[in-house]
Amino acid sequence: MNKNLNKIYSKMIRIRMIEQKIASMYAEQEMRCPVHLSIGQEAVATGVCSQLKTNDIVLSAHRAHAHYLAKGGDLKKMLSELYGKENGCVMGKGGSMHLADLSAGFYPAVPIVGSTIPIGVGVAFANKMKKNSNITCIFLGDGSTEEGVFHESLDFASLKNLNILFVCENNFYSVYSPMNVRQFENRSALNLAKSHGLQGNRGDGSSIIEVIKKTKNGINYIKKNKKPFFLEFQTYRFIEHCGPNNDDNLKYRDKSEIEKWLDKDPIKLIEKYMSKKNKKFIFEKEKIISKINLEIKKSFNYAKNSKFPSSKRLKEHLYG
Amino acid sequence: MDRNIDCATAINEATEQCMKKYKNVFIFGLGVPDPKGIFGTTTGLQKKFGNQRVFDMPLAENGMMGVAVGAALNGFRPIITHQRIEFALLSMEQIINQAAKWNYMTAGKQKVPLVIRMIVGKGWGQGPQHSQSLESLFGHIPGLKVVMPFSPKDTKGLLISSIEDNNPVVFIEHRWLHSIKQKVPKSYYKIKIGSGRIASKGNDISLISYSYGIFECLKASKILKEKFNISSEVVDLRTIRPLDKNIILKSAKKTKRILAVDNSWKSFGVSAEIISLITDNLKTKDIKKIARIGNVEVPCPSTRALAKDFYCNYISIVNKVLEMLGSKKKYLKKNNLNDDVPDKSFKGPF
Repeated sequence: MNKNLNKIYSKMIRIRMIEQKIASMYAEQEMRCPVHLSIGQEAVATGVCSQLKTNDIVLSAHRAHAHYLAKGGDLKKMLSELYGKENGCVMGKGGSMHLADLSAGFYPAVPIVGSTIPIGVGVAFANKMKKNSNITCIFLGDGSTEEGVFHESLDFASLKNLNILFVCENNFYSVYSPMNVRQFENRSALNLAKSHGLQGNRGDGSSIIEVIKKTKNGINYIKKNKKPFFLEFQTYRFIEHCGPNNDDNLKYRDKSEIEKWLDKDPIKLIEKYMSKKNKKFIFEKEKIISKINLEIKKSFNYAKNSKFPSSKRLKEHLYG
Repeated sequence: MDRNIDCATAINEATEQCMKKYKNVFIFGLGVPDPKGIFGTTTGLQKKFGNQRVFDMPLAENGMMGVAVGAALNGFRPIITHQRIEFALLSMEQIINQAAKWNYMTAGKQKVPLVIRMIVGKGWGQGPQHSQSLESLFGHIPGLKVVMPFSPKDTKGLLISSIEDNNPVVFIEHRWLHSIKQKVPKSYYKIKIGSGRIASKGNDISLISYSYGIFECLKASKILKEKFNISSEVVDLRTIRPLDKNIILKSAKKTKRILAVDNSWKSFGVSAEIISLITDNLKTKDIKKIARIGNVEVPCPSTRALAKDFYCNYISIVNKVLEMLGSKKKYLKKNNLNDDVPDKSFKGPF
């Protein structure tokens, strides 16, 4: 258990450290693409992906860094992509919003909210036709549950009994728009999923232990019943919607609300949990962090020293 | 072996032959397995290939377009059908943002082989939302291919090529062409996407069009020859994107007079594209006259009393050609109230 938890912890803290490094390097104005950082939301990505196999496919949206990394996406290729380099995961043609690592089972992300939901359903539908029982995991946000394709996709997933794990990360805001200007009171994504014929569950996205447990149960349900399953986790992004900064000075979120979520920072929670379980954790943590620091340093150097794609790339890849 | 079959049968046959040849082809859309089978184009397919590969769908055009994209990324070659092009508008997000971009934005790592069949309606009171020819919306987008055949033979060969293509292909059919007959080979054959053909040779003027426009051009061409002794060349583009630049420029160079006949409104349309292609590539002295013609720039009304004057047809083409050639003559035939059907056997409803 300790070893396993150490692994989970190091995946989570790695995502946090990478995102923080991106935030601090962003001011250099060399990563010239919009970034939607996952700081605060690491537990859902890590917990869910820890229960998936490499051949299980994950799809994400604009805030994809944590999902990409948690699924095993290559860090050097990701950073090179953010720097717009030739050896980026999609040769600089996509940027932060189109991360992809097919060898890790991470399909290209897209920033049009909700658009990967039906695409993921199509991936799962193809698997079913191929009699392949792999899971397709579709990460989506609370905003996407307002899109038409969310409902269209859930209906079809139910109709065709597809092996899909839908994971709704509810962080309460769509850019600056809070829930109460977008959804009627007590509207619940999980209940909507249920009325589309899915079973599901909800939980606290700050607790990695809870995320893992509920994901495990969800996957067991999918495997046993050959039907889709819907998970809704509450979570919180700690910095601005898009960009490297804290924007709490704009006062669009209540101070008490922010404090409540910072108190249950998923990294803090797991550190507390692990310190209790393992007296040596503090030393192990140091080791983990210095190892990650080294990897991050090397990866940034790699990305920054990589070449830009040459002009001939502009017209390539229009057709396959 | 060639037989006389109509376009609808040619589409059905192309689909069947591809499904036999490739186990990863499947077809779905509203009404695909129903008793009318998309105007006969899908009739019998479910019986032959089962309900896993031939099936109906929920009324969820954008979602189902996404499902097609996802299945295409994961090893299949889906065909999705829309009984009218207007329904495909609900899936523009998936078509333009996703299907058309995917290969490029993944630097070629994932291809999207799929066919989106759309049908343009006409006549019998189809009205503002069942009669639009919206090819230029799709033709504008790099990453898409847009095919618009006229003849049954081309329709079959181009549909096979579209299904075999590794890219999203918008395959636009014209409802009035479904019943047109021609000798079509029974064999499996392909016609290259992006290649036009000379539908009829001539010297005095080039009539450049596509899809149903060719029907009107050929009719006009016959009248020009018989009544006015004008020899016109009809160029059938067959594909809107990519355009067959060579065939357009070759014909333009030969006749030096070009009339681009749009199947839709001419503003920002295919005819505008043809003209700028010619003026960009030929010297002014090589062009004596160049013009375009299209439908009246209003939505198409339902009543045939008004719709008869909405469409650009063989009469307007003949008169435009006479004007371009400096003739004082006029072709005085009037638009007929009951020309709102492709032939007398057509009894609607759509």
